[in-house]
Amino acid sequence: MLDHRPTPPADVLIKGAHVLDPRTGLDERLDVRIAGGEIAEIGANLQAGDVEVLDGAGRHLFPGFVDPHVHLRVPGQEHKEDLETGTRSAAAGGFVAIVAQPNTTPTVDSAPILRSLREQARRDARIPVGFLASITRGLAGETMTEMAELRECGALGFTDDGKPVVNAGILRKALQYQKLVGGIIALHEEDPSLSGKGVMHEGVVSARLGLAGIPSISESTLIARDAAIARYEGGRIHIQHLSARESVEVIAAAKAQGVQITCEASPHHLTLTDEAVAEKLDTRLKMNPPLRTEDDRQALIQGLKDGTIDCIATDHAPHAREEKEVPFEQAPMGTTGLETAFAAVYTADILPLALIVEKLTAGAALVGLPTPEIAVGRAADLVLIDLGAEWEVGATGYESKSENCCFGGRRLRGKVVTTIAAGGIVYRERNLAAV
Amino acid sequence: MRHLLSINDLDRAGIERILDRAKTFTEVSEREIKKVPALRGRRVLNLFYESSTRTRSSFELAAKSLSADVINFAASGSAVDKGESLKDTVQTLSAYRPDLIVIRTPHVGAAELVANWTTAGVVNAGDGKHEHPTQALLDVYTLRERLGTLEGKNIWIVGDITHSRVARSCILAFQMMGAKVTVAGPPTLIPRGMEAMCEVEYSLDRLPEADVVYALRMQNERMTDSFVPSLREYATQYQIDGRRLSARQVLMHPGPVNRGVELSAEVIDSPQAVIGQQVEAGVVVRMAVLYELLTGRNAPKPSLSTAVPA
Repeated sequence: MLDHRPTPPADVLIKGAHVLDPRTGLDERLDVRIAGGEIAEIGANLQAGDVEVLDGAGRHLFPGFVDPHVHLRVPGQEHKEDLETGTRSAAAGGFVAIVAQPNTTPTVDSAPILRSLREQARRDARIPVGFLASITRGLAGETMTEMAELRECGALGFTDDGKPVVNAGILRKALQYQKLVGGIIALHEEDPSLSGKGVMHEGVVSARLGLAGIPSISESTLIARDAAIARYEGGRIHIQHLSARESVEVIAAAKAQGVQITCEASPHHLTLTDEAVAEKLDTRLKMNPPLRTEDDRQALIQGLKDGTIDCIATDHAPHAREEKEVPFEQAPMGTTGLETAFAAVYTADILPLALIVEKLTAGAALVGLPTPEIAVGRAADLVLIDLGAEWEVGATGYESKSENCCFGGRRLRGKVVTTIAAGGIVYRERNLAAV
Repeated sequence: MRHLLSINDLDRAGIERILDRAKTFTEVSEREIKKVPALRGRRVLNLFYESSTRTRSSFELAAKSLSADVINFAASGSAVDKGESLKDTVQTLSAYRPDLIVIRTPHVGAAELVANWTTAGVVNAGDGKHEHPTQALLDVYTLRERLGTLEGKNIWIVGDITHSRVARSCILAFQMMGAKVTVAGPPTLIPRGMEAMCEVEYSLDRLPEADVVYALRMQNERMTDSFVPSLREYATQYQIDGRRLSARQVLMHPGPVNRGVELSAEVIDSPQAVIGQQVEAGVVVRMAVLYELLTGRNAPKPSLSTAVPA
């Protein structure tokens, strides 16, 4: 159900890297041989023979990351991103599979659109891409899409991301239909009557700046409603981009009741707060849900540690420069995040390294994809990272077509050296001579 | 100081310096020839994206009284209507080499953005619901004239705090000058988080403690967004009238007043009211702001010097 442009199968020896895979339990310095795109051998002092050697000394080798939530803007908004630049951006961030959201122009709400999108991905995508279709036609929130046909065409699941499913009756029907068609139903949770015209978190900072706020309860109340509907219908829902403490509490309670509910948090919500907006009204810091308070941030971190939050997802949302170069209230919501996901979370020093790797790969299972593992016989889905390397975000540009990264200008630690996705080398760090 | 974007660009000494200078400018308005050559040859560009009577005209009058040349640019009827972005408009108008741009927009932070896009100095004449620093300065000026000092004074700002840039600048300025500020109004019109800036009250029961009562304009459109049920109910709860205002209190309002809504007619015309003095102070205070920005130590260089190679 994933598509990409075929890459030649790699034959390489990754020598002397610290191999860390929380699922297989590997956590030591080893050599990994890749032959024909598959992990052929893991051990000490493997001989290279005549294949290329990737120097792993002082570096870490992880299973490649999987992002269940990105916006690739195809079709219709190719001035922001396209399948090639979006997947290049993902590869540069160590991702080996990503899942694109359907809020495009037109919406991915019918089989012909999905088919043509998948065909385009087989031409343009550097790494495997999966697609979600919309829950309602045109994201209008009124009528269900042809979910069965969309699933047959390869939709991993459904979401109206960017918008909530306001009509509880429609969501209920979609969850009933899920019993027939399967697939994840991913939800952007926000009550529009509470969000109003809000452009940032409602609190001390928005009061001071005179900006309309989006209250935390806008998110948590709708999650509570939808958890109740999912429980009633025995459906399975995934909550996108959690931002508020109240939401973490609602999900913990729902999980305790046995509701089939999973959720994600984004690197920006884990590392930044609304105070950053106060420093400078930087439109790169405008996203939905908004950056919230330190207390919310701590709740998200705790939620990842105790398992309430299942995975980290970027919500990579590219926007063109001219769209973001306007006053804060007029700017579109969204930040790019694929190239900075690992480094942002690692630099913030909020989670143990193994847990970061686990949460950056856990998104795969949630959308029904195999989780990358470093094990003999598996396809090579790997990322080699130099944890000591420090870099300034955006200093040498971005692989993404857009530059609206909320971490732009910040110094981060941890740089992707090489990414191998579906057995092929899809990213190598550019070795530009130091000026 | 190159720009005046927020009251936070100033400190108490800076405010006092500007207001002391404003005081010396009152003499200019009393002359037969109401003009001094202080800013002769300087260009001031008024860039207004929102309608405004007193702010725009007082900036224009202030600039002209100091002999600066003034260009007024109103957004409607211009290239803005044809979809020109703020950035392109500012860069285009910057080609006219203004020394100072006075900007009002409906968007928070727009003045700061403009400051990044031009070599001219920038005065924020209102950016959305964020700040309106020259209004706060003229209010401090008016209060200094009436009370001598703001130190230790109790100032109540009453009304729609959520949508008021005047309130936000005034809170900062009044506190900087040593006053204690309380905002009072309907809970639906005081944003959550305001308590971090100043005292918050939902009723006027303790209004007698105030030395100064600063009423804000209650806008009609707040009814349609159902922030309050009706103007009538608002007036019952929050209107400053002869019953609520005592003889020892000073009454202020940024204008334009909705008579019979936030203020009763009797208090508008009472000796406690300094509403007319506020308008009058607008010109001299803005003269002092222009003077500060265009002749101060970090003022933008006159355009000529940038045009001539060193």
